[in-house]
Amino acid sequence: MEEFIKVENVYFNYMSDEGDEQEPLSYNNVLNNISLNIVKGEFIALLGHNGCGKSTMAKLLNAMLLPTDGKVIVNGIDTSDEQHRYDIRKTVGLVLQNPDNQLVASIVEEDVAFGPENLGIDPKEIRRRVDEALKAVDMYEYRCHAPYKLSGGQKQRVAIAGMIAMEPQCLVLDEPTAMLDPKGRDEVMNTIKRLNKEKGITIVLITHYMDEAVQANRVVVMDSGQILTQGSPHEVFSNVELLKRHRLDVPQATELMYRLRGRGFASERMPLDADECVEMLDSMLKQGKGI
Amino acid sequence: MNVIETEDLSFVYGKGTPFEKVANDKLNIQIKQGEFIGIIGHTGSGKSTLVQMLNGLIKPTSGVVRLNGVDIWQVPKEIRKVRFNVGLVFQYPEYQLFEETVAKDIAFGPKNMGLDDEEIKRRINTSARFTGLKPELLSKSPFDLSGGEKRRAAIAGVIAMDPDVLILDEPTAGLDPAGRDVLLAQISQYHKERKNTVLLVSHSMEDIAKIADRILVMNNGRAAMFDETQKIFSRGDELEKMGLRVPQITKIMSMLRDRGYSLPSGVLTVEQAANELQVLLDKQ
Repeated sequence: MEEFIKVENVYFNYMSDEGDEQEPLSYNNVLNNISLNIVKGEFIALLGHNGCGKSTMAKLLNAMLLPTDGKVIVNGIDTSDEQHRYDIRKTVGLVLQNPDNQLVASIVEEDVAFGPENLGIDPKEIRRRVDEALKAVDMYEYRCHAPYKLSGGQKQRVAIAGMIAMEPQCLVLDEPTAMLDPKGRDEVMNTIKRLNKEKGITIVLITHYMDEAVQANRVVVMDSGQILTQGSPHEVFSNVELLKRHRLDVPQATELMYRLRGRGFASERMPLDADECVEMLDSMLKQGKGI
Repeated sequence: MNVIETEDLSFVYGKGTPFEKVANDKLNIQIKQGEFIGIIGHTGSGKSTLVQMLNGLIKPTSGVVRLNGVDIWQVPKEIRKVRFNVGLVFQYPEYQLFEETVAKDIAFGPKNMGLDDEEIKRRINTSARFTGLKPELLSKSPFDLSGGEKRRAAIAGVIAMDPDVLILDEPTAGLDPAGRDVLLAQISQYHKERKNTVLLVSHSMEDIAKIADRILVMNNGRAAMFDETQKIFSRGDELEKMGLRVPQITKIMSMLRDRGYSLPSGVLTVEQAANELQVLLDKQ
């Protein structure tokens, strides 16, 4: 598989002028010798409790922040290389939690054009990219609307379109659904999955919603600035105790089977969503009936 | 006794302009003293407009809000008293902290109520306890707290006014799963001890299912449903049409029901589901 983003032995601490003897600055390492390889086309979910360093990690991936020690390499370029910073920002786009903080223009299509305009791209090419990006997030028919009149899910999709118009190879999304209603969350998740499948865009999704994390190819769990565990969603979510110990959760489908197991009913594995759980319970119930 | 009652309550933004938008359309709601009410609805369904009218932040275009039987706008000059009595915690309240210390920030509301120093002190301590703020944090600057602690401090500031009705708009948004569960448990504990009325606005069906006695479902400015929690989540198809969902556990149980297993509808928690399934599995 093609090597794409490499995080190598990275340390990070935010500058603080309040270090004292009890709490020396080194104690405040947000990232603590963390290493992670991201392959092209992957869909990674990054989990961890508040303050574990997830958002710092996100900002390191597109050179918004630079490691205090260690290296982040994107497409062979070190993010600390100032000359190539724009190349890195073009390659890795960042989408944040609050859509209202990310929209700048008063018309949807102008907002999406903002990024490519700043890259100095030819107007004809901008037009093409804006149309394509809006179609990719299913917001093309709203291209002449005012962003403030859109719903939260729609705004967040416009923010994603703004990134897509830069034609990035990777999208890093930091809790993009935290402020959205259930329908808005589904819209954004479906958009992310489609961009990953159809356009081959690498996805790094930071989320506190376990039902979103189970949709990734790989789940990476962070704690205290390090990687606690990683693997396929089935591997990670089977370890219910470990996740709970680290202030995380599992989907209700997994929790249900976990509790039944605790009461002595064996299941071969842990389900991740409602459909899988229902199938497993159905067969457990039928077996008992001797069908 | 109804602590809150609305009669044909309506609110129209930009009335008489081309941008006119009906946010609340003739709401008739009764909430009894001591109830725990969940409010759900899609973005723009009118939840925030409603709660702002309930504590007198905005004045109805038409209709009436009654607090303990009295129209809150009867004497417009007295509306401040209503705001002390109906405490509203906004979304992301941590952005509203402003004082030098956490204790001073919590004291802001009680001070404005004209309470004496001793009472204010007592209230700071009680509300810090309810929200799980450690005493040593009270003398710190609110800006030195972690995100979760800031949120607790902001909620404590509203609880310190000892309102008869506490309204929380998305109090758990952005918190990690453990932080969310702890905060919900604290709100629930506060509700039990203080025996007041709590209204919780949330997009998390799982949270609402765990904690609310009754649920108000808002859709396009109207009260689409207002019923017991278990009954509301038995109506999954209708909720889906309004852009809402049922908790995953409720869905799992209703899918099993559809396959012919005798299970109740509107199961709300994993514990309850495990109990029901154990009965079926034990029968084998």
